[in-house]
Amino acid sequence: MTAILEKPPVTPAPVKEPRDWRGPALFALVAVIGLVVMPLVLEPFRLGLLAKYLTYAIVALGIGLAWGQGGMLTLGQGVFFGLGGYAMGMHLKLNDAGDGLPDFMVWSGVETLPALWEPFRNPVFAIAMVVVVPGAVAWLLGTLVFRQRVRGAYFAILTQALAAAMVILLVGQQGLTGGTNGLTNFFEFFGQDVAADSTQRGLYFTVAIVLGVLFLGAWQLQRSRFGRLLLAVRDGEDRVRFLGYNPATVKTITFTLSAVMAGIAGALFVPVVGIISPALLGVVPSLELVVAVAVGGRFALAGAVLGAVLMGYAKTYFSEELPDAWLYLQGALFILVIGLAPKGIIGFFRRKDVTA
Amino acid sequence: MEGILNQLPIGLSIGAVLLLIALGLTFTFGQMGVINMAHGEFIMAGAYTAYLLQDFAGRNAVLVALPVAFLVAGLMGLILERAAIRHFYGRPLDTLLLTWGVSLVLQQVARDLFGAPNVQVTSPTWLQGTLGPMPYNRLFILLLAVGSVVAIWVYMNRSAQGRRMQAVMQNRQLAATSGINTGRVDQRTFFIGSGLAGIAGVALTLIGPVGPTLGTYYIVDAFLVVVAGGLGQLRGAVIAALALGLLNSYAEFWTNASLAKVIVFVVIIAFLQFRPQGLFVLRSRALT
Amino acid sequence: MTALLEVRDVSVVFDGFRALDGVDFTVDHGELRFLIGPNGAGKTTLIDIITGLTKPTTGTVGFDGAVINGKREHERVRLGIGRTFQTSVVFEELTVLENLDLAASFRRPLLSLLARRRGVTEKVAEALETTGLGDLAKKKAGVLSHGQRQWLEIGMLIAQGPRLLLLDEPVAGMSADERARTGDLLTEIAKDHTVIVIEHDMDFLRRYASTVTVLHEGKLLIEGSVDEVRADPRVQEVYLGRAREEAAHDVVS
Repeated sequence: MTAILEKPPVTPAPVKEPRDWRGPALFALVAVIGLVVMPLVLEPFRLGLLAKYLTYAIVALGIGLAWGQGGMLTLGQGVFFGLGGYAMGMHLKLNDAGDGLPDFMVWSGVETLPALWEPFRNPVFAIAMVVVVPGAVAWLLGTLVFRQRVRGAYFAILTQALAAAMVILLVGQQGLTGGTNGLTNFFEFFGQDVAADSTQRGLYFTVAIVLGVLFLGAWQLQRSRFGRLLLAVRDGEDRVRFLGYNPATVKTITFTLSAVMAGIAGALFVPVVGIISPALLGVVPSLELVVAVAVGGRFALAGAVLGAVLMGYAKTYFSEELPDAWLYLQGALFILVIGLAPKGIIGFFRRKDVTA
Repeated sequence: MEGILNQLPIGLSIGAVLLLIALGLTFTFGQMGVINMAHGEFIMAGAYTAYLLQDFAGRNAVLVALPVAFLVAGLMGLILERAAIRHFYGRPLDTLLLTWGVSLVLQQVARDLFGAPNVQVTSPTWLQGTLGPMPYNRLFILLLAVGSVVAIWVYMNRSAQGRRMQAVMQNRQLAATSGINTGRVDQRTFFIGSGLAGIAGVALTLIGPVGPTLGTYYIVDAFLVVVAGGLGQLRGAVIAALALGLLNSYAEFWTNASLAKVIVFVVIIAFLQFRPQGLFVLRSRALT
Repeated sequence: MTALLEVRDVSVVFDGFRALDGVDFTVDHGELRFLIGPNGAGKTTLIDIITGLTKPTTGTVGFDGAVINGKREHERVRLGIGRTFQTSVVFEELTVLENLDLAASFRRPLLSLLARRRGVTEKVAEALETTGLGDLAKKKAGVLSHGQRQWLEIGMLIAQGPRLLLLDEPVAGMSADERARTGDLLTEIAKDHTVIVIEHDMDFLRRYASTVTVLHEGKLLIEGSVDEVRADPRVQEVYLGRAREEAAHDVVS
């Protein structure tokens, strides 16, 4: 027997992790607050605001997955949010216009419906595009850049450039996209009056449930072997290759998932807020959500969601109460959080796992 | 044909401005791994410096502004490096977000100081005119960039300070153990890089209005120059900046302004398929 | 029967510097081969060539009868070539068990990775047992000592189930006790694997090596048993020269 084997042999079976009920309990509590308490106590306007923040939270969840878990700092989630939003907006516009043209096309002198718009009459097609288009763009970009080992700051810069290009494209194609104003003035949402309180209430529940389901999915993914692999790719991409995995595949899949989430969020945002426009998806909104994730805590999916909701409220509150100070506050907050609390708010609540 | 010729000065001068901006970025990125999103606000600071100096220097404000803007923006960069960035070396993505916060604050400061609407800087009379298809103001910007590149090249290759800077860029640890004060070198790099952004800001006053968000229009393209040129590479930055400036202006000319950026983006992604680390690369054996 | 690994006439040039110069290197099935040579001899470069981290300027790498020059790193792992690194790289945020499990799971189809890990697979249990890291299974790898990390890396390599193992200085920086344990671990692994080890500790070689290949300035100097190699005047010259440098190096660092 060799020296190393003189140690008491290890019994292979036993490592059975005890079930931690705190996570599921917390999730149930938040679900009750979100689905029961909030709709009861909030007036329709405030509930609508919360619905809007929850759509941001869906984007943030995707950022948490891509950045927090996978190390891909994506500064272009607005692009995918916008692609989902415009797909939904186009359908609503066509639905409102009936046999005619959407209002903004008439104003910009467009006489026949562009071919690109035609299939969006079909609600099934439009909803499919909400998922397919952002997913396809992200998959294509991810495949091309991750295969070439473009990563870190380079990847961040490229996604930011994509966001900038997207805004300019949307603004410039007035007749096709509504230009700077974007798509707005919706009347009907799948047979309902989009502005009615009951519709907005239904939308709130839809957004909350979609967020909950996506959260559970992301949570499951995080705990799977794939999730462990994703962390490994984040911390040592080159080492992962020598474990027999192709990091590019892992990253592309994750980035695509995060883009699909942003697309769904954009599609829900449109009926909730009643508009999708370039200003909502450019460089600044994309970065704001990344910072919201950092504030909440990028290393935990719950932190991403929390950060998006809190920053949404903070932005509304401060830009109503102290419009001049908001930008200073926002800037100062980023500097403080990144500088002093890189683990975000969640970092204060989590017990330390590593006793190094 | 005439249109093609007319686009040339526009493309070259935009390329020259991008180069002035990207030089600072590529050196701070290459040397310290820092993505400074507030770099765009140094451009803005340079432009407002020219605006303010009009009261004293009148129509020749631009000339006076060049050295002053270099100092103002350089000092801003130095303060940012000392106060914040140096604590974040080795965490490029965090610096990116941190400096974006700084950039937001600086934009708001500009709004509070100068108002949100754009202001205009009057060009000197001697820059009104053209040389063939090349307007004097764009020619001036081009010469400014050429002068800056020559100065940087001489600094990097002919001065002891510049050689230390190259040493730190190639191998920080080795440079430190060889007795180079890397902190000092970082400060200088930041000062010079930020100062060049200030000069770019002055140059921009010759071809457009000045506003609090001036920097945001150029910063993304300048970062693309860094990506395409290769980190810390003077040659790479020059070629990539001019190529990007020309590509931008010709893409706008042949399609339209809204498609140009998308085309540029697609070209960059395609380019990265052949040169994923940019035109020129510092080779290293290390497993990153 | 063809050899497991056949490196033919490989040269590597880094910006004009010849890191390897026309090296032929063959390892048979089941061998335990030591690769030695002074700093800068090209040992790690040779390993990098075999594992795909570096592309050879000229020459071919053959594995199990097929040329694998065009294969990328992860594809070579899938063929059965595994390696460790000089400075051990383990995933600090994952537990020891998760590190091993990840190493053992790369042959699973991608979709099945979406399921959670339940319990411990046979391969992982074997790796835990061989490396003696069982007690630390649920600890995060970030808390391990230097020696434990090296063992974890070797464990991950075992869990991969490779046909060829390449170990880059597995005992560097270890205490005498840890060295002995690692040496025993190596001989244990070598019983049923083909192993290449980079090591220039002569004492370590004397105790565990069978065949030794000596590289010097990118060229193959000599290949043979430990005694043959030790007796060779060229090796003595290279290593005597090196002993002086090493002494100087120790003073500096």
